[in-house]
Amino acid sequence: MTQSVRQICALMRKEFVLEWRQRYALNGMLLYIVGAVFVCYLSFNARRGQLTPIVWNTLFWIILLFTAINAVAKSFVQERAGRFLYYYTVASPLQIIVSKIIYNTVLMLVLSGLGFATYAFVLGNPVQDIALYIGSLVLGSVGFAASLTLIAGIAAKAENSATLMAVLSFPVVLPLLLMLLRVSKNALDGLDRSVSVDEIVTIVAIDAIVLVLSGLLFPFLWRS
Amino acid sequence: MKKNWWKALAVLIIFFVIVAGLVGPTPRLPILNESIRNVYFHVPLWFSMIVLLLTSAIYSGKYLRSGKTDHDRIAVEFTNTALVFGILGCLTGSVWANFTWGEPWPNDPKLNSVAVGMLLYFAYSILRGSFDDEQRRARISAVYNIFAFAVFVPLIFIVPRLTDSLHPGNGGNPAFGQYNMSSQMRPIFYIGVIGFTLLGVWITELRIRMRRIQAVLEDQEAI
Repeated sequence: MTQSVRQICALMRKEFVLEWRQRYALNGMLLYIVGAVFVCYLSFNARRGQLTPIVWNTLFWIILLFTAINAVAKSFVQERAGRFLYYYTVASPLQIIVSKIIYNTVLMLVLSGLGFATYAFVLGNPVQDIALYIGSLVLGSVGFAASLTLIAGIAAKAENSATLMAVLSFPVVLPLLLMLLRVSKNALDGLDRSVSVDEIVTIVAIDAIVLVLSGLLFPFLWRS
Repeated sequence: MKKNWWKALAVLIIFFVIVAGLVGPTPRLPILNESIRNVYFHVPLWFSMIVLLLTSAIYSGKYLRSGKTDHDRIAVEFTNTALVFGILGCLTGSVWANFTWGEPWPNDPKLNSVAVGMLLYFAYSILRGSFDDEQRRARISAVYNIFAFAVFVPLIFIVPRLTDSLHPGNGGNPAFGQYNMSSQMRPIFYIGVIGFTLLGVWITELRIRMRRIQAVLEDQEAI
């Protein structure tokens, strides 16, 4: 048990080192979300606080969704096939997917944090219950990372993987996105937290299902 | 002959449901009026679609365990039939909605969920199309199929229940049990569910047999 945890840690360290060495990819993602936020800001040409809360909230989550798809999509494309063969000889598939999911979660947390900061900076911050909003960002990051990592693994096996990634991930992420929109809207309006309990439970349940399934299904995926 | 009794049963049931559904007694309800008869056709289509998708997911799981191409074939054909049933369910629903709710596609969470569910399975067929190697295609699409079903279930059963919906049984509306299903209607409805499911299985079985024969013929040509 302790050994497998140590192996997961080693694999994660590898992910971070790899990312750090190819800093242009990471910087690219950071710039992507800042750029997307700025494009939306300029397109609406809105002064602070002019967007209605619904538009404000939805726009932010859509930016985040596209960033997530782009960020996670590269997690399997980045490395050459030969290197995967090597990983499979030294680690179990479960460890590989767990390390990838944790790594992607951290990446998504950084991206959503930065995205939220820029978004609130340029478009104003009407959020009344900041703690709950950040909670929904965390839940969203975990859920996006978990469901998109497996999809990225599937898409990477096919040709034309960029289109496939988008086509496969939109419907898969949608139930999660709808729930997240609802919770974050409640946080935005500063409603009592008991109102959002149902949604939060559902999000946690979806996250759990997706995590377990990724762990169960990935071993079959890498063999091909 | 022994194996075919259920096909005869399917035909009988469908005929029975069509006749009993169109001429049988129904309660007089405002707005719904005679369109309540659609409950015999629209709802069973969805029920049997869900059964077919579940079967497909089970066969995908079997494929991952056994690696037999036949299981993959069965899984694909079940999703194909389920998609056809889904489209028919949308069409019958559209007709019904047009008369009772005033527009063919009202902005209702259940409709939207189902539309996304259909997208999930259309993406499945696109995914299958993007592989040349049969083994690879079978394994990867089986993984996706199981994943898709796991997302489909909360999409259909949980998301619509958390919002207000025009459909009965959602957002605090009473389900049909309490409100528009009179005791004369209920047996016909349940029999209809069985009948449409059997019909779906039958269609799927024919398609599977066709695919098996095609595979054998291709093998012979290759030799």
